[in-house]
Amino acid sequence: MDKPFAITLDVGTSRANKTGSWRTERAVYVERQPPCNQACPAGENIQGWLYAAEEGPGADGRGYERAWRTIMADNPFPAIMGRVCYHPCETACNREIVDEAVGINSVERFLGDEAIRQGWTVSVEAPPTGKRVLVVGAGPAGLSAAYHLAMLGHDVTVVDSAPLTGGMMRFGIPAYRLPRDVLDAEVQRIRDLGVHFHLGATVTDLDETIRDGGYDATFLAVGAQVGKRAYLPAGSVSHVLDAVTMLRGLEEGEAPMLGRRVAVYGGGNAAMDAARTARRLGADEAVVIYRRTRDRMPAHEGEVREAQEEGVLFRWLTTITQVDEGSLTVERMELDQSGFPHPTGEFDTLSADALVLALGQDTDLSLLEGMDDIAVRDGVVTVDHELMTGRPGVFAGGDAVPHERSVTVAVGHGRRAARAIDDWLADRAPEPVPHRELADFAMLNTWYYEDAPHQQRSMLEAVRRQSTFDEVVLGLDETTALYEARRCMSCGNCFSCDNCVGVCPDNAVRRLGPPGEYLIDLDYCKGCGLCVAECPAGAIAMVPEEI
Amino acid sequence: MTTVDLKLYQVGTFAAGNRLLPLEDRTVQAHPDRSNSITSGHRACQGCGEVLGARYVLDAAMRATGGDLVAVNATGCLEVFSTPYPESSWQLPWLHSLFGNAPAVASGVAAALRATGRGHTRVVGQAGDGGTVDIGFGALSGMFERNDDVLFVCYDNEGYMNTGVQRSGATPGGARTANTKAIGPEPGNAFGQGKNMPRIAMAHEIPYVATATVADLHDLERKVEKAMTFHGARYLHVLVPCPLGWGSASKDTILLARLAQRSGIFPVFESEGGEVTAVTPIRRRVPVEDYLRPQRRYSHLFGAHPRPDVVARIQAGADRSIARYGLLADSSEK
Repeated sequence: MDKPFAITLDVGTSRANKTGSWRTERAVYVERQPPCNQACPAGENIQGWLYAAEEGPGADGRGYERAWRTIMADNPFPAIMGRVCYHPCETACNREIVDEAVGINSVERFLGDEAIRQGWTVSVEAPPTGKRVLVVGAGPAGLSAAYHLAMLGHDVTVVDSAPLTGGMMRFGIPAYRLPRDVLDAEVQRIRDLGVHFHLGATVTDLDETIRDGGYDATFLAVGAQVGKRAYLPAGSVSHVLDAVTMLRGLEEGEAPMLGRRVAVYGGGNAAMDAARTARRLGADEAVVIYRRTRDRMPAHEGEVREAQEEGVLFRWLTTITQVDEGSLTVERMELDQSGFPHPTGEFDTLSADALVLALGQDTDLSLLEGMDDIAVRDGVVTVDHELMTGRPGVFAGGDAVPHERSVTVAVGHGRRAARAIDDWLADRAPEPVPHRELADFAMLNTWYYEDAPHQQRSMLEAVRRQSTFDEVVLGLDETTALYEARRCMSCGNCFSCDNCVGVCPDNAVRRLGPPGEYLIDLDYCKGCGLCVAECPAGAIAMVPEEI
Repeated sequence: MTTVDLKLYQVGTFAAGNRLLPLEDRTVQAHPDRSNSITSGHRACQGCGEVLGARYVLDAAMRATGGDLVAVNATGCLEVFSTPYPESSWQLPWLHSLFGNAPAVASGVAAALRATGRGHTRVVGQAGDGGTVDIGFGALSGMFERNDDVLFVCYDNEGYMNTGVQRSGATPGGARTANTKAIGPEPGNAFGQGKNMPRIAMAHEIPYVATATVADLHDLERKVEKAMTFHGARYLHVLVPCPLGWGSASKDTILLARLAQRSGIFPVFESEGGEVTAVTPIRRRVPVEDYLRPQRRYSHLFGAHPRPDVVARIQAGADRSIARYGLLADSSEK
């Protein structure tokens, strides 16, 4: 023994002491559902594509492209979405509680535009299935379904009675909100996948079309194009038209003659489109007449605000009782406690050269005649959870089924239907969607995020907007898009900040190498929970140990 | 369009690292080859702030000196939980002698290194608040006076935690410890006693004095690196919450250090030659109650027989330190 005086043992490392045995709870990495993803009607992985976009040009120069491809996995229209989506994701965004919601929509638009500028494309990787699928309607739902079905290897034919693709994206949404070159560019990508289009061809008997075409499955996405008419006592010379017809006519090159003073009846987004379009067509005065109050208007806040900025006038709590040449008789309304409007008997006269009705749209389902197994209730097609109608193999979505009506919802239906059709054709049960716990604000540690204001999209001058159909909301430039993307707090998902590695008192968190990949060394983890408490994104959870 | 400073990362700006940051801009702790000066298997409690502080400080000092570093340790938790014979958690040359003599031993090590031609090797002395403000006080003052080339670090958890949570000269007024019980008209530790060690160090007009917490890693590492650029006596005072002694949840260690800074209770500043040269402004100020409530050592101030008068006294102390150091000067939340 050649040890110093009074020393009997060799020096050892404390690593021999496995302090993991103290633990009653362990930390585990989780992937929670970010609220933006949860809110997205199109089912996009928003947190996922923002994560890629944050890298910007990045080390490999392809962060934006990866972000765009992540969107494309769920939604073929990033540039369109970035213009017309009412972004429920931003309403749900946790950053709203810190300062302001992340401008998700504007980043999506930047990515969509960047893809068009750079010519990024997608291609079909799946082997051909040999199955033929009919899609009726070339609107957002039909095109989305066609895209996903084609990507899954099916042979897709899209039929639409209009001479051009796009449905309501072309014939309902004015060009100042969605420029047609953007629409055409994103539809062209779907054409390039080999999808067949029969345009200007109306399906009058769906049963016959399916039989004659030998289709294995069908997606019905005929939309809602018929403007609702209200009964209004009207003089013979009064000029009354509906918003759908007006907007469609404009797209087909027939600018309607509206006169100097235009009244629009209704409170939805179509009413805003009609009123703003009337201003652009030269009307000095465009007034929206709505029977309830502003906060009860179904139109989206942004559209109402932009309409007001453009000089559109509003008459709340008002109904039209009589239409005459050059004037309207209107009655003031009152809301009862439940918010239902009641007439007051107080009348007024309003001058108006034309009245545009924007009272909602109905679906033309005459093509379903004779298909008794497809149930129609309240003017829309009844579908199950997989969007299948009563007829096996016939699915329906978009405005033709009972749901909130928007382009994004329709795109989401197209995606869901495509996956359901794919499963049905393969005679396979749908893959269960794994449940992910919602990444609630309380799970985040927002101390770690620098305060930053939302980058406002610059607006075209209001005056210029009123006289042209130029796009109203301009996109972000590259720098601001990157800045905006980096405001994402990555709720519920690791963004590789290494905080867990830093705060562990026991050096028990190891970085495995690639960003975002960590391992907790359970030999030494004492289960203190510091990594969970200090994870900015709420991507770690404590779970009890089995004792 | 407004111009944007792209160096500012919105995502996790205050976190240890970030995949978007170049490696050199991340903290030492986020670095793949940090030295882990104190390694796994130590017997510190769950959520110990002191072991975290010690690793933060020593890893940063190891990087700053290229690993040419010796640590001298006073008696205390840090020494006890890291070196039960014959195990050691230390991955750097480390020396322990007595409770009260760590500053003197550190001075001696520095002198010995110099005398043997190894003056390039730097020395860190470290102790808890007991070993610093009470038992090692005379030796530390001497080390300051002689301006010995040592960085002395105090890991302040505001009491003698190792021996069962007794009061030290760094225990704040109103806090309950084993020998300042929460009873009587003036429950907990007496106000107006104790020592403000950073200010005492400043009074020695040594080259560098700084305070920091385990909640602001970037700030702490920067101060260690800065301290290593000086020669002579330097003092770093790090607030390290103690779940055991403070009666707080083990997961709240960093939260409490952050709240101590945000409430103004623990001012974070730097001083050179006795003058304050920089302060960390308070971001999102909170009332002291937010800091006190999660700690059982203050639970007698709330609950069935609350003592708002004592809380107000603690708040007044925080307000005084905010005014003294101008902690709201650069903040928009005055």
